[in-house]
Amino acid sequence: MRRLRPVLLGALCALVGIAFADTGRAQSPTGAPGQTVVQRGEYLARAADCAACHTPPNGQEFTGGYKFSLPFGTIYGPNITPDKATGIGDYTDDEFVSALQRGVGRGGKHLYPAMPYTNYTLMSREDVLAIKAYLFSLTPVHAESPPNDLSFPYNQRWGMVFWNLLNNPDHRFRPDTAKSPAWNRGAYLAEALGHCQACHTPRNFLYGLESGRAYGGAVVQDWLAYNITSDKESGVGAWSDDDLAAYLSTGHAPNHGPASGPMAEAVDHSLRHLAQSDIRALVTYLRDVKPVRTETPPPRPVRADALGERVFREACVSCHLLDGGGRQTPYAALQGAHSVRDPNGTNLLQILVRGGAIATGGPTAFMPAFGGAYGSEELAAVANWTIGHFGQRGGAVTRKDVEAVPPPGPASAARATPGG
Amino acid sequence: MLTLSINGTSHQLDVPDDMPLLWVLRDVIGLTGTKFGCGIAQCGACTVHLDGQAVRSCVLPAALAQGREVKTIEAMAQDPVGRKVQRAWLDVEVVQCGYCQSGQIMSATALLTATPKPSDDDIDAAMAGNICRCGTYVRIRDAIKRAGEA
Amino acid sequence: MPVSLSRRGLLGVGLLGGALLVGVRLPLRPARAAAAGPFTPNAFIRIDPQGAITFIMPDTEFGQGIYTSAGMLIAEELEVGLDQVAFEAAPPDTGQYHTALKAYVSPLLGEQATGGSTSIRGDWQRLRQAGAQVRTMLVAAAAQQWGVDPAACRAERAVVIGPDDKRAPYGTFAAAAAAQPVPDKLPLKPSSAFKLIGHSQPRVDTPAKVDGSLVFGIDVRVPGMKVGTVLACPVIGGRLRSVDEAAAKRVPGVRDVVRLDDAVAVIGDHFWAAKQGLAALDPQWDEGKHARLQTADIIGAQEKASQRDPEVIAKDEGDAPAAIKAAAKTVSAAYQLPFLSHAPMEPVNATLHVRPDGADLWVGTQVPARARDTVAKVTGLRPETVQVHNHLMGGAFGRRLDVDFITQAAAIAKQVPYPVKIVWTREEDIQHDLLRPYYYDRLSAGLDAQGRITGWTHHGTGASVMARWQPKGMQKDGKLDPDTIEGATETPYAIPAMRVGFTRVEPPGITTAWWRGVGATHNVFMVESFMDELAFAAGKDPIAFRRDMIGDNARARAVLDLVAEKSGWGRKLPKGVGQGVSLQLSFGSFLAHVLEVEVTPRGEVRLRRAVVAVDCGTVVQPDGVVAQIEGGLIFGLSAALYNEITVQDGRVQQSNFNNYRVLRIDEAPRIEVHMIRNDEGPGGIGETGTVAAAPALVNAIHAATGKRLRRLPIGTQLVGA
Ligand code: FES
Ligand code: FES
Repeated sequence: MRRLRPVLLGALCALVGIAFADTGRAQSPTGAPGQTVVQRGEYLARAADCAACHTPPNGQEFTGGYKFSLPFGTIYGPNITPDKATGIGDYTDDEFVSALQRGVGRGGKHLYPAMPYTNYTLMSREDVLAIKAYLFSLTPVHAESPPNDLSFPYNQRWGMVFWNLLNNPDHRFRPDTAKSPAWNRGAYLAEALGHCQACHTPRNFLYGLESGRAYGGAVVQDWLAYNITSDKESGVGAWSDDDLAAYLSTGHAPNHGPASGPMAEAVDHSLRHLAQSDIRALVTYLRDVKPVRTETPPPRPVRADALGERVFREACVSCHLLDGGGRQTPYAALQGAHSVRDPNGTNLLQILVRGGAIATGGPTAFMPAFGGAYGSEELAAVANWTIGHFGQRGGAVTRKDVEAVPPPGPASAARATPGG
Repeated sequence: MLTLSINGTSHQLDVPDDMPLLWVLRDVIGLTGTKFGCGIAQCGACTVHLDGQAVRSCVLPAALAQGREVKTIEAMAQDPVGRKVQRAWLDVEVVQCGYCQSGQIMSATALLTATPKPSDDDIDAAMAGNICRCGTYVRIRDAIKRAGEA
Repeated sequence: MPVSLSRRGLLGVGLLGGALLVGVRLPLRPARAAAAGPFTPNAFIRIDPQGAITFIMPDTEFGQGIYTSAGMLIAEELEVGLDQVAFEAAPPDTGQYHTALKAYVSPLLGEQATGGSTSIRGDWQRLRQAGAQVRTMLVAAAAQQWGVDPAACRAERAVVIGPDDKRAPYGTFAAAAAAQPVPDKLPLKPSSAFKLIGHSQPRVDTPAKVDGSLVFGIDVRVPGMKVGTVLACPVIGGRLRSVDEAAAKRVPGVRDVVRLDDAVAVIGDHFWAAKQGLAALDPQWDEGKHARLQTADIIGAQEKASQRDPEVIAKDEGDAPAAIKAAAKTVSAAYQLPFLSHAPMEPVNATLHVRPDGADLWVGTQVPARARDTVAKVTGLRPETVQVHNHLMGGAFGRRLDVDFITQAAAIAKQVPYPVKIVWTREEDIQHDLLRPYYYDRLSAGLDAQGRITGWTHHGTGASVMARWQPKGMQKDGKLDPDTIEGATETPYAIPAMRVGFTRVEPPGITTAWWRGVGATHNVFMVESFMDELAFAAGKDPIAFRRDMIGDNARARAVLDLVAEKSGWGRKLPKGVGQGVSLQLSFGSFLAHVLEVEVTPRGEVRLRRAVVAVDCGTVVQPDGVVAQIEGGLIFGLSAALYNEITVQDGRVQQSNFNNYRVLRIDEAPRIEVHMIRNDEGPGGIGETGTVAAAPALVNAIHAATGKRLRRLPIGTQLVGA
């Protein structure tokens, strides 16, 4: 099953290090002097991570076809190049704004909330139209997406009317004048564009966000999006500002391990392209999020596990080192990583079985997939050993947990092996 | 432009920052004793020393080697421990096809430098990351012990 | 240590390029020999006037130590030390273009190829003869010069010694010796006179391998050379439709994108550029007719075929079906062996410079003549204009008996004006390997009231490598590939009635190839697994049962007895620990193996100790025999525990050592090899360890757990069971 990637943005052509002059309008990162609307739209599209969901695997950007496997069926991100027949070439400004702010597309067609319009709704019309200007500056590509395949009643788009009544406030971002401009910028980035809550806030049975537990962490398509509230124990309250900023902009901070899975993709496609001032603004905002204490499973004793240690020595030690210090790259450091402190090893198992990579701007840091070749007993053992050894808590990973993770696809020469 | 110190010689190199050290060594500088086996830090054929520590050069971005001393198999004859290891390797006739052996010797030398009299367990921990398809493991273990006694 | 493998010689093509270093085509240059050039009376030895002695090796070296042991055969009769000699690889030789070169054709394989553990057996006579021939001519020339009787002269360490302790080195007589008649069929030393043969010598190829100076094919650097890497269609048999060439060319250092029918290559200043360029290409493929191919379908077809009568009967002695029917007890079992990749440590590579008037090929190949011919064919050049610089190989295991990658590299190289080194990524190496066939075999046997075998049938199914690789090697009107029944028809046992048949089932899309141990790895696994099952059905100890069935085969009995003794067979073992045995006659050698394993409660297999008794007849290089058995066992155990290639939707699922797992040092058992020495003709040894690995392993697992595994790899079959 492909994971939902609400936060991700495909790589656009390089546009690194734009410094945003603060024009005093805290709610919206606006362009540097001399920046065109299209350039501003491109930056916003990156911050809003549009390409992630509108680009087919290994395909051309924004041409659609990215598949979402949801609990109730399969849907595909549509083509959003300005092609008239298959893309958004006929969208008027009002229609485009309606799609992003209300989830109602051209011809009154309701969008599914895989599209994070309940976040985009907070965007100003001006910013939405900047994104549109950018998309319309692209070459139109004729590309039909496969039809969605949803079960009843989810295939009834009109049903979204009610869902929207419940879940989409349909209002614009309103700066909180009691807060600093940086806080407001951060809020706008996190809430409107970055839609961080889409992963980090638990959802109710109707797929709406549980606002009372905002940023309290959730499992999204097999990955654990951590509690990123300011709670010192279960959130990121104990992290320094610098660590948080480093993590957001590089996917890694000393003693906190690397980002993996969907967060690695969010860093790769979106966050690492943001100006440092915007990263700092995000940090300011996250610092102020209401702490949410999440239940941690009762501590279990760490048990010695010869099998786990053996597998670690054979397959893992070359990169991670026995002390978890990381060898060739700091991204391989395991000490302090969230993933090795989760007794259930949710994310650890994903990355162990399926592998992963994070583009860092510099070299790609990656981990090969060990599913298939190593047995589920061995992978469970190495997960528990890792959690015990580096997370200092007893791992509770079982063979069944490993088997529940879908096996990786084959890695070909052109992919997944940045080193060789 | 990167400046790398390799086997005591400084090299000015016009290569991408993210280019793994392995390819800088093999394809740019021409030190082909360091081998390519997997490219994903699973086989150890590409092992070199970075400030004396064994690292997998296939996943080590060249830029991260700046300001540190890189040593390759070509320099082991000048290294007191490396020389002992090479001698033991020949005495025990470890080598078959030889393709993995640069990496094995680099890992073994790093081990013996840090732990002059390694136990079986030390050897397992230090050498399990180096694959030998010819299956010379039994003799590698012997040779490391012999070098440790020399 | 011995003279190195002449770093400036054929191996060290290195920075200089090949042209001036090739120089091995002696028989093509009789004019030089006649002048004051080197003395080259036969294809294997060259002595220049300065006394430098070079051996030209008919066999290729990929770790088995053949340069040393074949060199010992020459050196023994030539009366030189290995430390006095340099080594060169023989040039391509098909006999087709230069009949004078026929010398390098393997007497056992019928072409210039190194494989099947045939080298020492093929060289035993001819290389000793070659050494004796040259020594005789040198001594004759010396005697003539000194005016003494040749019988009064002898040779030692490259020096002719005459009466009154007159001495002169070989080089002194090189020119004069060339004028001597070339003697034939000389008497050879009796084994009692051997100075080298039978005494372990330091390997000649290893000093350059421990200091990193040895130039493997992948290490070749030629002036002006660029480096490329390839991506073939991930679906077997698919074709390239399109690539985003511009995207690849934007990668710094990328020079060219070369399209082939079924693959695309990116060439750059270095491998990294090529690799990055490949990643940017976004190739689109026509996946073709195998896009839905699954391993399960292939196995299904073989399983079906195994239930029908065999397509061809290879052996039919007595009336086996009737004997089984009449037996007190009958046992039947089906066994399966997976597709396997070779995954030699050095990934597949080839360097070519194709010019209008000729080409150079730098490569490590087990088949130099095939390598040359495929380059000639692809480029349209005449074969004699293609120079092959054959390098020592970083492992081969049969992979380099095929030239698919050379063919591909030639197709790329002919499209660019510069020399290009094509290096496959490990992913490409595994996903586009040619595979060891899948085997699905059924065996049945009857036991009499005393628990002895009365009749035996064995029906194997699988692909034929021979039919593709060397069709003229097929037997029975092209129906029987002798490799498919190797070790099935000739076993160490005396079984009164026996029928062995095979049904050829070619898997769609997959190309099958030789793999270390060849036919014997297949059939010895079947036979020895089944022998173990029969022993238990007969209520007998597995070694006692085998001993009962050996008949008067004294050599088989001796290795079995020796291994039983050395392994402490039958002693009480802790819970979860078991010993398994296997016995084989393969490649002309007898080998018995006892493996001791522990199976943990979680289903993990730990290898504790392997004990081998071997009788390979006359032993040339004793330490080499031990090393080959050690390495062969590890190679076979690695495969038996972990390896299989599977296909899903036409794509090979495995790609690198993270998912094509290889045994590591902490998993390796202690290994003891005990040799029985005698004067029988030498047997092959390079593959015997691999053959012995899997059957002893499954038998030991059975002893430890009571579970009989009939399918490899072991993988997770014991987990949660
Ligand atoms: S090539 Fe670097 S570890 Fe294999
Ligand atoms: S000696 Fe051949 S791979 Fe180790």
